[in-house]
Amino acid sequence: MQNITEDKLVDARDLMCPMPVMAATKAMRRLAAGQVLKVMATDRGSLADIPAWAEENGDELVDSGEESGVFVFYVRKAAGE
Amino acid sequence: MTSDTTGITGADVMSGPPGIGALTEEDVRRIVRDEVQKAFAKEPAAREAAIIASKGTLDWAYPPLILASSAAAIGMDASVFFTFYGLNIIHKDAAKKLKIDPVGNPAMPMPVPIPDIISSLPGMVPMASAMMRSKFAKNNVATIAQLLDTAREVGVRLIACQMTVDVFGYRPGDFIDGVEFAGATAYMAQARRAHVTMFI
Repeated sequence: MQNITEDKLVDARDLMCPMPVMAATKAMRRLAAGQVLKVMATDRGSLADIPAWAEENGDELVDSGEESGVFVFYVRKAAGE
Repeated sequence: MTSDTTGITGADVMSGPPGIGALTEEDVRRIVRDEVQKAFAKEPAAREAAIIASKGTLDWAYPPLILASSAAAIGMDASVFFTFYGLNIIHKDAAKKLKIDPVGNPAMPMPVPIPDIISSLPGMVPMASAMMRSKFAKNNVATIAQLLDTAREVGVRLIACQMTVDVFGYRPGDFIDGVEFAGATAYMAQARRAHVTMFI
């Protein structure tokens, strides 16, 4: 994964669907356009859910990957939300 | 026909206005696809989810709340219309009211297969409900109370069916904060404008 500095971290490890997306949603609403949210999750469903969530909201999935069993996503908030 | 009156020929159209240059078929397809996608994104119905929750058991309480919250998370206006036994979900005593009945549910995961004649004995419903709750808790699945809090936080509207509220003898104060009351016509008026409607 690239070296990205997040503006806010959501640690959704051990949470099951739909809670990682819900935690990310609540955090993202408090970010300004252009800021980056980092989401950590262990729910395998988040592999499909977080990218879909980002795309539907017009946000950019900057990077994603797995670090020792933890799925990590970097999502940049789109302008004009 | 057109070339007879305007002097524009098919060749002129294909080469496009000056400055754009010749568009390939692939260009045209891409432009049309992008424009259609943009038009769909703007369509109000694509932003609307109207879900009905009609069942009042612990297992069936999950899907409407999870789906409505997920709809709100991707920017949709989401609502759940609770009717008949679905009213259990938004009742203040939901934690006690939502149970699971193993009778007639062959899909229910049990440590050992239990015939209906045994599952129908007194005490089996609380036992099955407790088992399901602990299975959910062990797997870090949110409780119904947590899902209701989350749903309200992300902006899901919770609507109780006025008719069944009255028939079951409930009062407005029996339900959790933030619940609205409406009837079938109000639901349909909203549902006809929603791409996503579900009866759960």
